[in-house]
Amino acid sequence: MKDELAEKIKANPDYQKLVKTRTAFSIKLTITMLVVYFTFILTIAFKPSLLATPLSDNSVTTIGVPVGIIIILFAFILTGIYTRKANTEFDDLNNKIKESVKDM
Amino acid sequence: MSRIITFLILSAIVLYGSGTIDGEIQKQDLNMSAIVMFLIFVGATLLITYWAAKRTKSPKDFYTAGGGITGFQNGMAIAGDYMSAASFLGISGLVYLKGYDGLIYSIGFLVGWPIILFMIAEPLRNLGKYSFADVASYRLRQTPIRTLAASGSIATVILYLIAQMVGSGKLIQLLFGLDYEIAVILVGILMILYVTFGGMLATTWVQIIKAFLLLSGATFMAIAVMLHYDFSFNALFSHATELKGIDIMSPGGLVSDPISAISLAVALMFGTAGLPHILMRFFTVGDAKEARKSVFFATGFIGYFYFLTFIIGFGAIVMVFQNPEYLDLAKQAVNGGSPILGGNNMSAIHLSHAVGGDLFLGFISAVAFATILAVVSGLTLAGASAISHDLYSSVFKEGNADHDAEMRVSKIATVGLGIVAIIMGILFEKQNIAFVVGLAFAIAASANFPILFLSMYWKRLTTRGAVIGGSAGLATAVILVILGPIVWVDILGNAEAIFPYKYPALFSVIVSFVTIYIFSVTDSSNTANDERELFEAQFVRSQTGIGSHGATEH
Repeated sequence: MKDELAEKIKANPDYQKLVKTRTAFSIKLTITMLVVYFTFILTIAFKPSLLATPLSDNSVTTIGVPVGIIIILFAFILTGIYTRKANTEFDDLNNKIKESVKDM
Repeated sequence: MSRIITFLILSAIVLYGSGTIDGEIQKQDLNMSAIVMFLIFVGATLLITYWAAKRTKSPKDFYTAGGGITGFQNGMAIAGDYMSAASFLGISGLVYLKGYDGLIYSIGFLVGWPIILFMIAEPLRNLGKYSFADVASYRLRQTPIRTLAASGSIATVILYLIAQMVGSGKLIQLLFGLDYEIAVILVGILMILYVTFGGMLATTWVQIIKAFLLLSGATFMAIAVMLHYDFSFNALFSHATELKGIDIMSPGGLVSDPISAISLAVALMFGTAGLPHILMRFFTVGDAKEARKSVFFATGFIGYFYFLTFIIGFGAIVMVFQNPEYLDLAKQAVNGGSPILGGNNMSAIHLSHAVGGDLFLGFISAVAFATILAVVSGLTLAGASAISHDLYSSVFKEGNADHDAEMRVSKIATVGLGIVAIIMGILFEKQNIAFVVGLAFAIAASANFPILFLSMYWKRLTTRGAVIGGSAGLATAVILVILGPIVWVDILGNAEAIFPYKYPALFSVIVSFVTIYIFSVTDSSNTANDERELFEAQFVRSQTGIGSHGATEH
């Protein structure tokens, strides 16, 4: 990419907004995923008995089973949230940026 | 071309034929329905290869299928790459053996995906052309960075290939009654055919078809199991605990101490984001939007697949474990217990027979074989592009290779990798290869991932930092695996491991990042300053996709 083009895009408020909002959003979701996963892993490492608790008195199913399934679902839902927002809101902003430099 | 394909179909049939004749060494009876279904799969995929070959003319076609794969298709293909026979049979086998621990393991394999989406997918698609080395070397010096990235890729690919080839040989020996060597050679030849003639287009479609078959088969098995228990998980689990004890419902010994747990998590998470055959799939879609959709669908398919393997593992406990039909009497006579034929990793295969009889066993066996073929093809293509695109075209020819020559090199590289895979598969037949996939992930996490990630986001990264740090990460991963319990104790027979942990990634990833940091910030050469200057323009492109390949041309 030519420097002048890069400079022009950088000066575009839409670009600054895109980078700022998208970066913040990505970091927020990444940290959410990491916190959920490492909470799970560290529970297994330090206090596995917590996950080994049965759901009810006459059940052999432990809390660990729904927790595990929910983490899988959670990972999928997070990708859905990001993809939706990026493919609409962020891409709209990005298209405006592209439009503004299409003659260069 | 078509004559070659006819010849190979014929030779495949002949090879199978020879398998039927010398039947004494077979562990399993010849499985006719499996062979027929597998031949149908091979026939269909060779037709696809023929179709794809006519559309694969330029390096862009070869490496990226022309960039015309949709997000949904690519998501399926990525999931297909990830759902190898090792993960299908291995994870269901782990659930069968240890219950809940299998779920912990599969969650680790899944959670890397959202991170890839949030951090890697988009800049990767916007900056790269054919391989992740394109991104790493975008503003750094081509020769050293490409050489390092290509070494990391080739190391990962070959380790992964060894694991797949050995697994395939054993699996096919068991399922189809073929000789180990013949099975390995057959896999090697078919994979060479798919990749050399059909390139990424054929490889992608083979992967998509296989992913569809595998997901359908696994869904059928899971439903069949749940039908027995009126879709009550608690009923399934209580029956399973009657047979194997209550401990299978809680975390067991898989991750025994915090360091191992975190180290495994780091390896799986960052390793996934550094696997070359996965990363190259992001260049097969048209733009960042499709790249995001790919990860969304891939995460969904992979998550669903792990959910199924959990049910399948428990299904195998209730239907295969202690079932006299699948008992390995010879092994039981020696060791006692209730060993099943072919070992724990065959539990899903036996379950397919238990729920669907010979015909469904044949289907699942054929799918398992197809899975191996599809995964080794993707791996080989990634390795071949590291050789032809990164090493030959960008380093050796300094970016001036003509298309025909590059295509020729990529095909030679494919054949070469295929032959290496066959030889390695045969050499490693009797070896303990438990460390191999772990090492591949460790290298991907400690060499490929840090360079890729920092080149995208860290302005002060320099060539010197990347080369020294990436090499240090690579070396640390390899050395720690050798000194660790699996190689040092189990394979080399020493009494005690020098490095106590099975998974080195936590340490090697830190070594890599810290070394990259130190050698980058202390680099005040002119080229380093130039490289930092280039960051802004690179960042703009990585964020907007303006100027990227295939995104803004039309």
